[in-house]
Amino acid sequence: MTTTSRWRALTHHQLFWPVAVLVVLLLVNIPFTPDFFSIRMSDGHLYGSLVSIVLFGSPLILVAVGMTLVIATGGIDLSVGAVVAIAGALACSYMSGQADQNALSGVLLAMGLALLAALVCGLWNGFLVARMGIQPIIATLIIMVAGRGVAQLITDGQIITVNSEPYKLIGGGYWLTLPFSIFVVAVVVAVTVALTRRTALGLLVESVGGNAEASRLVGIRSRRIKIMVYVFCALCAGIAGLMISSNTSAADGNNAGLWIELDAILAVVIGGTSLLGGRFSIGGTVVGALVIQTLTTTIYTIGVPTQTNLVFKAVVVIVVCLLQSPKFRAKVFGTKGRGRATGPAETAAVAEAAPKMEVSR
Amino acid sequence: MLNRRNFIAAAVGVAAAGGLAACAKKEDSASNTSGSSGDKAITLGFSQVGAESGWRTANTDSVKEAAKEAGYTLKFSDAQQKQENQISAIRSFIAQNVDVIAFSPVVVTGWDAVLKEAKAKKIPVVLTDRSVETSDESLYVTLVGSDFTDEGRRAAKILEKVLEKAGHKGAVKIAQLEGTTGAAPAIERAKGFKEVMDADHKDDWKIVVSQTGDFTRAGGKQVMAAFLESNPDINVLFAHNDDMAIGAIQSIEAAGKKPGKDILIVSIDGVKDGFVAMSEGKINAIVECNPLLGPQLMEVVKKVHDGESVERWIKTKEGDFMQDQAEAELPNRKY
Repeated sequence: MTTTSRWRALTHHQLFWPVAVLVVLLLVNIPFTPDFFSIRMSDGHLYGSLVSIVLFGSPLILVAVGMTLVIATGGIDLSVGAVVAIAGALACSYMSGQADQNALSGVLLAMGLALLAALVCGLWNGFLVARMGIQPIIATLIIMVAGRGVAQLITDGQIITVNSEPYKLIGGGYWLTLPFSIFVVAVVVAVTVALTRRTALGLLVESVGGNAEASRLVGIRSRRIKIMVYVFCALCAGIAGLMISSNTSAADGNNAGLWIELDAILAVVIGGTSLLGGRFSIGGTVVGALVIQTLTTTIYTIGVPTQTNLVFKAVVVIVVCLLQSPKFRAKVFGTKGRGRATGPAETAAVAEAAPKMEVSR
Repeated sequence: MLNRRNFIAAAVGVAAAGGLAACAKKEDSASNTSGSSGDKAITLGFSQVGAESGWRTANTDSVKEAAKEAGYTLKFSDAQQKQENQISAIRSFIAQNVDVIAFSPVVVTGWDAVLKEAKAKKIPVVLTDRSVETSDESLYVTLVGSDFTDEGRRAAKILEKVLEKAGHKGAVKIAQLEGTTGAAPAIERAKGFKEVMDADHKDDWKIVVSQTGDFTRAGGKQVMAAFLESNPDINVLFAHNDDMAIGAIQSIEAAGKKPGKDILIVSIDGVKDGFVAMSEGKINAIVECNPLLGPQLMEVVKKVHDGESVERWIKTKEGDFMQDQAEAELPNRKY
């Protein structure tokens, strides 16, 4: 009885299904790559599949964390991919014009410039959504489409290669034997969690998402909150853009961050945040982003034929989404479980389910 | 060419932009310069796909420069990845009665009507870089462009040389970084490479892993990182373009291996950064895919204008480069 109820409590935890999927995906790799979990030292830093997943997944985690807050207010930000491209393009084109690309001041200035541009994009999105009352999907579509053009304008349609050791650190370098990007992600996630869960900010965001008008009437400045989350999201995307361009030491206005907005939305959804807004889980989003990156790595390691990549991805995503759906679980596992379940567990389930149904009526 | 996928992405983007700003249709720039049909100089109408990549920009510059050098009047129009722009540009070339029309088709089909109009006016049409499908073969005179399948074959041939030079013995375990799934260069380069491999190296060569890197550096880097984990015994990398090879090199180095030594690398395209990597000893050989087809195009235009017969497919002049040629060739790289 106690074990079943514990199991029930565990499976009902919002992070259970995303984490379970992540673990399964990681385990799938073992037959194909026996030392998938091994981490060894190479060139003075840790090296291995798990390190790669975190390293390559960092930009997506950042973008997805920003997206979580936007979605929590009932919005959506399609412009993050373009902001990624703009940030990378600006930073790299500024640096490539410098005489000494290794000068720390130049690198910091380039990154500052890029983040400033991201900030402006965020303000624009926030302005359109909160002040002008434009649907978020349309408001952010503007920068999604035009922003990539801006990035191409900055890079002149070329790939800009930079040769800067300090810049390489943020997305491709190592610090204390770990990828530096892990520390950046850790700081951003920690700050976000602290700000949203240790202060009332998270609650305000959720109330704006739940009912913007009601929140305004009780005295919450919902417009200001909305502008804030779009700016935050764009800043996260800007940092991700720096990481992506730093990772390959090149800015590619055409491809950097292409479709990352969709991956980020998917990560948010896998993490259990409702697209309707009103509640969110930063932890879930981080796990969701790791699931997506692990899936990508898995496709490469287990040798899925190129033509079926996307089908494979789609199948996994469908499975994950179905597992997340309580209705689906109730239909599939519920019936199976009843068949096998012992008497008391069954009555417990019925007893638990009954009052809920009444409430919902 | 290295970025046909971008073209699709850009086309989607442009389409969306068109939806937002419905009236942003570009004035086609074919109406400048004096339409002097009485002059002796050949007037060439050229409609470019767009400016989706560095390769394409180099291609455009080459055509413009070559026309200038040959003393032709060039009427240049940028289609911005839209077929309707290209068709209206060609119509305006016909209306201006240019001597020869050349264009890089945005898409493969849907050209019959406008090409028939050109034919009715007896204006010869030359395709550059990409081909079209038509019901009537006489609608265009010739295609000036690269042969992707042959590039794949040449990559395999040059790999033989690379292996010999490195004194490689034993099994050759190849990792292949493919271009965008479904793109013509990706399909045909893989086909050509496999052709030679199956014919001459059935026993000793094997492609152990093959995956798309989307023609990008980031893609090449990520895929290679995974390859090195799942198949640590890879000793050759064949990349469908230089950018993916450059990305892969970073992963190989992160794994503590030496690109160009522990893993021999052959790639296609020959962009400047590829040659930089080759001069550093990190790429072993590059098969060129040349965008600088301007001079060849002008030659063909002259022949067509003079009524000489030309071949149906004039292949771009392209070179194969080994490491020892990298230093010397580097200053010549324009793109």
